[in-house]
Amino acid sequence: MSKLTTEDQAVATLESGMTLGIGGWGSRRKPMSLVRALLRSDVTDLTVVTYGGPEVGLLAAAGKIRKLVYGFVTLDSIPLEPHFRAARQGGTIPELVEYDEGMLQWGLYAGSLRLPFLPTRAGLGSGVMDVNPDLKTVASPYADGEELLAVPAIRLDACFVHMNRADARGNAQFLGPDIYFDDLWLNATDVGHRFVSCEKVVPTENLLDEGTFHTLRINRSMVDGVIEAPRGAHFTSCEPDYDRDESFQTEYATAARDPEEWAAFVATYLSGSEADYQEAVDGRS
Amino acid sequence: MAAAEHRLADVVAIACAEAFRGDGEIFGSGMGTLPMLGARTARATFEPDLMVSDGMAFYVDGDLPIGGTDKVIEGWIPFRSVFDTLWGGRRHVMMGASQIDRHGNTNISNIGDWKQPKVQLLGVRGGPGNTINHAVSYFIPRHTSRVFVEAVDMASGIGYDRAGELSEWVQENHRIPRVITNLAVMDFETPDRRMRIHSVHPGVTPDDVVANTGFDLVVPDDVPLSRGPTAEELAILDHLDPKGLRFREVPDPEPASA
Repeated sequence: MSKLTTEDQAVATLESGMTLGIGGWGSRRKPMSLVRALLRSDVTDLTVVTYGGPEVGLLAAAGKIRKLVYGFVTLDSIPLEPHFRAARQGGTIPELVEYDEGMLQWGLYAGSLRLPFLPTRAGLGSGVMDVNPDLKTVASPYADGEELLAVPAIRLDACFVHMNRADARGNAQFLGPDIYFDDLWLNATDVGHRFVSCEKVVPTENLLDEGTFHTLRINRSMVDGVIEAPRGAHFTSCEPDYDRDESFQTEYATAARDPEEWAAFVATYLSGSEADYQEAVDGRS
Repeated sequence: MAAAEHRLADVVAIACAEAFRGDGEIFGSGMGTLPMLGARTARATFEPDLMVSDGMAFYVDGDLPIGGTDKVIEGWIPFRSVFDTLWGGRRHVMMGASQIDRHGNTNISNIGDWKQPKVQLLGVRGGPGNTINHAVSYFIPRHTSRVFVEAVDMASGIGYDRAGELSEWVQENHRIPRVITNLAVMDFETPDRRMRIHSVHPGVTPDDVVANTGFDLVVPDDVPLSRGPTAEELAILDHLDPKGLRFREVPDPEPASA
């Protein structure tokens, strides 16, 4: 059964107040076309969980984030995300959960395994404990008796990831150097709102044309909707299909530092459809 | 004053390399130009078993220059494997810090109150997990009392005092071998694990270091000079950093006015 859909149809199934996981890492292979569809929608009041990149900046600037769960937010080649900085320094994101990167993985993994928590040492003694007073520790029941941090499971109502290839049923493939944690995001999400966008939808029998079977880490039982989104990760990187668009990212970051320039950026790039966006990107001199 | 025997960036690069001495066959991970150059220099000289990455997702063999693309890949290290490696303890990372205190607590997250910071930085990233699991050294290009502070605003990396309140396991595995700046090399080789001057770079006095540090630094009676590169090491530095990026990150000091 085909699960092909569009960004706007996918977003139309979401509701305000949901917990949304976003795959990728920093400014790498982010499901940006889905994020842009979210920006066009009325969906708001979201809990966003992510290894954050520009999607955090965009959603924060649009006032859609009620709670953010993150280990970092960065544009990689531009270390500090300007909209995220402004949101943090202006106190406009009501609730924040700042974790160690590995804690976030552990929370997702616990969620995907339907466990209440997973133990780790990462985070113990650090500022993460100071700013998340609800975190609990657990004593090892074995002879060592060591006190460990119990990272609570993260379950997601919905998630977006962007892949290089997928078939129409949701078997999906990464062709770049790193899957990041994209399989975990899908596994930690309830059935119904697990969306994979991809550069190209291919017939199932062609999935191994461009990569070995090792790249098939996402199978169709993990996916509810597939969106063909060529250049859908723009302006983040999507190796080997394309690198990060550094010049566009610089334009984004520059505009994000100034309200007037930002209004112009929104008018140019973010006021129409995904096709309008891609056309505006192509039209840059 | 006679021309300095070594350029400051070369001294700093060697200090970064020296931090990895004795590490053996583990992942020597450098965040940024000088830390990466340090790990690669150590591997190219006195620490041949050290493993280094391209900064993306691969372990690279040979002496790959910074930014070089002609890689010999010897292993795959996507982020998930990085986490496995660091939780397993087979890693020594050298990273930056926007604040560091006398116990080695560091901050890359935010300046000011976390709830609504004056300046938002990166977030804690992997700092908590790194510092509790394996050796973490720091490279700080500009040694000032704004960075070397009495207390960090957010402990993204834990120092010896915080680690000291945790399990014996943590105390055995937590380690901050070196803190390297444009002025000096620091370590924590004191009975109470407070930061002390390990060596000063040529042309710098211990008083200069103290004056640029916002807490009481332990100053041994005899502070040695950081060593410069040997001729062989200098050739390796030039090979590994052909564009001289190290001189941009650590510029030559302004000559003292006559």
